[in-house]
Amino acid sequence: MGESGFYFIQQLLNGLTVGSTYALIAIGYTMVYGIIGMINFAHGEIYMIGSYVAFAVLAGLALMGVDSIALMLAAAFIISIIITSTYGFAVERVAYRPLRNSSRLIALISAIGMSIFLQNYVRIAQGSRDIAMPSLITGGWTFGPEDEFNITLSYMQVVIFLVTFITMTLLTLFISKSRMGRACRACAEDLGMTRLLGINTNQVISLTFIIGAALAAVAGVLLGLYYGVINPYIGFLAGLKAFTAAVLGGIGSIPGAVLGGLILGVTEAFTAGYFSTEYKDVVAFSLLVLILLFRPSGIFGKPEVEKV
Amino acid sequence: MNSQSSTTLRWFPAFMATGALLLLAVLMLGVQLSTENTELVVYFAASERWNLILSGAVLVFLVQLFRNPISAFWQGAKKCNPLPQVQLPSLAGNKPLKPLLMSFAVAGLMVWPFFVSRGAVDLATLALIYVMLGLGLNVVVGLAGLLDLGYVGFYAVGAYSYALLSQYFGLDFWSCLLIGGVMAAFFGFILGFPVLRLRGDYLAIVTLGFGEIIRILLNNWTSITGGPNGISQIPKPTLFGLEFSRRAKEDGNVPFHEFFGIDYSSGYKVIFLYILALLLVLLTLYIINRLLRMPIGRAWEALREDDIACRSLGLNPTAIKLSAFTIGAAFAGFAGTFFAARQGFISPESFTFIESAIILAIVVLGGMGSQMGVILAAVIMTVLPEFAREFQEYRMLMFGLMMVLMMMWRPEGLMPIKRSHLKLKEHQSDKDDVSVNRQPIAESV
Repeated sequence: MGESGFYFIQQLLNGLTVGSTYALIAIGYTMVYGIIGMINFAHGEIYMIGSYVAFAVLAGLALMGVDSIALMLAAAFIISIIITSTYGFAVERVAYRPLRNSSRLIALISAIGMSIFLQNYVRIAQGSRDIAMPSLITGGWTFGPEDEFNITLSYMQVVIFLVTFITMTLLTLFISKSRMGRACRACAEDLGMTRLLGINTNQVISLTFIIGAALAAVAGVLLGLYYGVINPYIGFLAGLKAFTAAVLGGIGSIPGAVLGGLILGVTEAFTAGYFSTEYKDVVAFSLLVLILLFRPSGIFGKPEVEKV
Repeated sequence: MNSQSSTTLRWFPAFMATGALLLLAVLMLGVQLSTENTELVVYFAASERWNLILSGAVLVFLVQLFRNPISAFWQGAKKCNPLPQVQLPSLAGNKPLKPLLMSFAVAGLMVWPFFVSRGAVDLATLALIYVMLGLGLNVVVGLAGLLDLGYVGFYAVGAYSYALLSQYFGLDFWSCLLIGGVMAAFFGFILGFPVLRLRGDYLAIVTLGFGEIIRILLNNWTSITGGPNGISQIPKPTLFGLEFSRRAKEDGNVPFHEFFGIDYSSGYKVIFLYILALLLVLLTLYIINRLLRMPIGRAWEALREDDIACRSLGLNPTAIKLSAFTIGAAFAGFAGTFFAARQGFISPESFTFIESAIILAIVVLGGMGSQMGVILAAVIMTVLPEFAREFQEYRMLMFGLMMVLMMMWRPEGLMPIKRSHLKLKEHQSDKDDVSVNRQPIAESV
């Protein structure tokens, strides 16, 4: 394997790292869409809030003199998940539930309004400037010959893979084994019928938003630590990309969202690695347009039947 | 759901809601992050903010606790004393008065800039640009029911068409006005052709992606567009070849003031731009109103109401959507060209998603489909922030909140459109012994 081979593997690794966090955010879109059929436009902002909360917790703990990285990470994850879930719950309760029965356009406009509101709320609360943090987890393994291009697998990347994997496993177990998970699946199948069978669908929908927000918080903590810089505008782009991932995999399908996220991450990494960093967002959007044109139901999605 | 009596206090929801509010606010509003010497630090926010959080919490607690009595009181108040319905004077009824009023309004709008300050005229010009954008997007969103979140992309196409054509080929404003509109329409056509088969919310995201692609391209194609630095020194429009500068830029040209033998004043240029914008808006209104009376305009609204019924009547939905999309894009192109000419400088910064969201907010606030509403909303949205400069920071926050609240309380907008419709008269049909079957023939499935 020559130098180009190493370079290829490095791009693949970077792509999978970012892609797995896209997958986490995409699950939030896909679950909400699967149950109530709306695009939760504010989901990207929820992710951004997750990052901010994590930074606040980490900085607070550092001020208090806590220096165990494991403890800091655990606290960041737990507090970020709790607060972000509350945001997810509140957004649904305030902006979406009153509009449950109105047209898609109206719900979507409300969601866009909510997204603008949250973005500016954080901008006013925390300022619009970048907030940077020195990396918490440094170092990594290097493979390859001495004087050529080396593959670096940083510890941070390993943490991202591990946390994503654990989160996904927990989610899968929850959805497939637990009582509430079964209710979620039933709602995705047929919301009206589920309600007739005596399941509190409002509760299930709230739960969906809470799970989505919690996963976005995990992604927010991970990507915040990985890039080390956050600002109030990161949610917009991340949300758009995660939505692309969800559509790519087939909106409504959780494995689809994971696969879509990974594919999008890898595609972006290759574009940045072989072509140009500036155009990697263009590639993501073009990918979205192309999938919607040629396979609107995505990889795992079911084609939608129009009802009169 | 609300089976409790009107006097029950809701202790549990009150505690829950207050707890949720505190969770939401404490780590976001209550602390302040900043980077100092590459170290991330966090402070407790200023005490005003904590006062804000605490008073918010108390308010939420009390409202939730006493919600049953409050809503009972509210219902009672509504019953004894219903809110007066504000009825705007209808112009539709008295036909001969309408053109007269319209011409008075237009004449008034033409004359007033001569009596007010420069700043006011300039602001009015900006408002007119937004009116034009709002009217154009109204065709797409309000009339055809297609949510276009990348509308600003077409605006950018119009603006950059003029800027680039004048920079590289020396074309003047008037020919570029046409070219800008046509270019934007062309982009609309090219984008619309494949994507308009998509369902509503997918369409919204794809157009959003398209708007971002345009912006990123403009930002990165530095050799042609100047990248983030933009393009400056875009020439101003001329009046039949008369320039509004102190001295003519081209040889053989005579500036406006010399031609008419009056003293130079920079105010003329501002007023000229204003009148130009007004004429463009009037033209837009005229064209859209003509289109609405044509079969194509009827088809837009029919398609928005029911896609499937439309198809079963033999209308081609893709062609109809495409026409709305293209025409809407063309108006954005006109507005963009005018914007570039007025500013004299453009950069990708002016064409971000937020701009699309503002135009959408104008359409939503005014009432989707209602042209008078859109005009009113555009004026409100541009003029109001000027009066409340100290709240400038909260402008976008308010926009977002307004979009959510409007969708909840008044999705039809400030001035809902009145649809022309026929109604069966209740008594007549009984008297005339015409058996009208009022039962629906089939329940909609």
